[in-house]
Amino acid sequence: MKKTLKLFFYIFFLIPFLPQVHAAEKVEYLTTDWSFKGLFGKFDRSALQRGYHVYTEVCSSCHSMKYLSYRNLAQEGGPEFTEAEAKAIAASFEVTDGPNSDGEMFTRPGKLSDKFVMPYENVKAAQAANGGAYPPDMSVLVKARGGGVDYIYSLLQGYEDPPPGVTLDDGVYYNKYMYGNKIKMANQLSDGLIEYSDGTKATVEQMSKDVTTFLMWAAEPHLESRHKMGFKAIVYLIILTILVYFSMKRIWSRIETKV
Amino acid sequence: MSDHEYTPKSNFGKWFNDRLPLLTLANHLTDYPTPKNLNYWWTFGGILTFCLVTQIVTGLVLAMHYIAHADMAFDSVEHIMRDVNYGWLIRYIHANGASMFFLAVYIHIFRSLFYGSYKAPREIIWIIGIIIYLLMMAAAFMGYVLPWGQMSFWGATVITNLFSAIPLVGEGIVTWLWGGYSVDNPTLTRFFTLHYLIPFLILGLVVLHIWALHVPGNNNPIGIDVKKPSKDTVPFHPYIVIKDAFALLMFMIVFAFFVFYTPNILGHADNYIEANPLVTPAHIVPEWYLLPFYAILRSVPDKLMGVIAMLSAIFILAALPWLDTSKIRSAVFRPLYRQFYWILVADVLILGYVGAMPAEGLYLLIARVATAYYFLHFLVILPILGFKERTLPVPLSITEPVLGGSSNLAAARDDSRLEKLK
Repeated sequence: MKKTLKLFFYIFFLIPFLPQVHAAEKVEYLTTDWSFKGLFGKFDRSALQRGYHVYTEVCSSCHSMKYLSYRNLAQEGGPEFTEAEAKAIAASFEVTDGPNSDGEMFTRPGKLSDKFVMPYENVKAAQAANGGAYPPDMSVLVKARGGGVDYIYSLLQGYEDPPPGVTLDDGVYYNKYMYGNKIKMANQLSDGLIEYSDGTKATVEQMSKDVTTFLMWAAEPHLESRHKMGFKAIVYLIILTILVYFSMKRIWSRIETKV
Repeated sequence: MSDHEYTPKSNFGKWFNDRLPLLTLANHLTDYPTPKNLNYWWTFGGILTFCLVTQIVTGLVLAMHYIAHADMAFDSVEHIMRDVNYGWLIRYIHANGASMFFLAVYIHIFRSLFYGSYKAPREIIWIIGIIIYLLMMAAAFMGYVLPWGQMSFWGATVITNLFSAIPLVGEGIVTWLWGGYSVDNPTLTRFFTLHYLIPFLILGLVVLHIWALHVPGNNNPIGIDVKKPSKDTVPFHPYIVIKDAFALLMFMIVFAFFVFYTPNILGHADNYIEANPLVTPAHIVPEWYLLPFYAILRSVPDKLMGVIAMLSAIFILAALPWLDTSKIRSAVFRPLYRQFYWILVADVLILGYVGAMPAEGLYLLIARVATAYYFLHFLVILPILGFKERTLPVPLSITEPVLGGSSNLAAARDDSRLEKLK
């Protein structure tokens, strides 16, 4: 039986190495020291605030974030802007509301309860403005891509000239991390593109990291409380398991059988 | 059902119990004589009950906030994740709970295969179990459709399309299932209704499963009939209850780890993209627990034959009590079966692995060989093994491993084999 077992383990554990032979062209994503990973992972507040800055200045002209509201910006575990700051941010956007008592739609400054203003009226309008490609909504983007944060972080820095032999149509760009390498979004980031209010140097790498952190929070706004609660829950379960183990030993000691 | 007459102590208890013998039932459940050599593989029955209750309770809360409409389902799930108090927790428990449920059920099934728990007189328990397993797959599949992401939509399209393989009426059946000419809102609402219904059907079958179990009593690692109650048994409470509780807590630690630290690892990223009938994902893959059957489906070149192969792979299990001709239950005393058992385990794991890979080249070849072996195991190896195999001597009881035949006496007195089981 031991021989069969050994054989089975060899077969089984060798198989996962097959895809490496299969997909030799698979690229390794870039990564960085994400603060939100690990058992006690938390968001870096200032990275979230800077990330929001990058999002509004750069991404939001094409990408919507339809599941977020301005109130979320002041929420615990998020960028934690003060309520006054979040209100000011909301007020800087024009929101269409209505209809009013005359049956007319009107615009007013945004409130905390408003959802993030969409860059386009609808999907068709977004496609028309972007050469037929729809800029995906960014609310859960990080969770909707195989490589997660590393993929987004890499993609933002993955623009390069196409290798010889690759021809690109108009409005198509080469990105070494994109699936199929062809992407309809042009390179958006360049060093010094924006000016961070906290004095951090706005390099492409820095902006990529900040905006990806922001997107991670947008996709998982309760990540911090999840980690906190998870640690407590698991410690609680471990202690209870140990107590139950000793009760079990005690109960089973009444009879000869081992448990 | 009653092993000895039970009379409640209080007058009210007597009065009530004469009219509805609930107290007799409770007494039966706590006193239920259980073989004392059950190992930890036997704790998964209790764990599965916990999984079912967890899914029903969390599902109930989710259903209060979820909207079963093609235009709103995805939004309502995000609403649960963001704005409902602890909605993220409830949803992650429910989503990962499905995986935990299947993990436990696979261990439960493979325990049964190893110790021959499906053999007489436990065939009905086994068949009810297979029906529960089938319903679980249906519930899980429909549940995966509800968030209305890309994998939801395309998974539903692929699976419902399987029915089109049926000659003549196939296309009609598919249209009937969809409630239209493609997977759309009517499909979603009926899947939601059925997803809500099935767990209660499972609950009813679980009651029957346990009832049928309490007639012959538990099988045990050495697979012999146990006199009950006797020196070989312990009352269910407190012995088995505390042991099940201990095992359940360990299981919950693993469960909690998934929920709190890697809640999305068992899902597919594409399901966070809202369903779009115009864009097909690069690879459509079901959830991990359905992968072995998906591999069998794809390993057959013909669509109808593929569907038949996949369904046979499940239904063949129901015939197992009659396909396995061996009189000996436990693999402990079946040296050859034990080897084939582990090969089957490896075979199913390999099927699961290739099910996740594109059906081409080497993967397809491996899938075909593994599929062929799967059927070979049940249809050829098991029936023959019962006649050919030289089994080891089986002890007469758990406490006193003494045998009738003198030639077997030495083996029977060798306690090392029994020690391993404890």
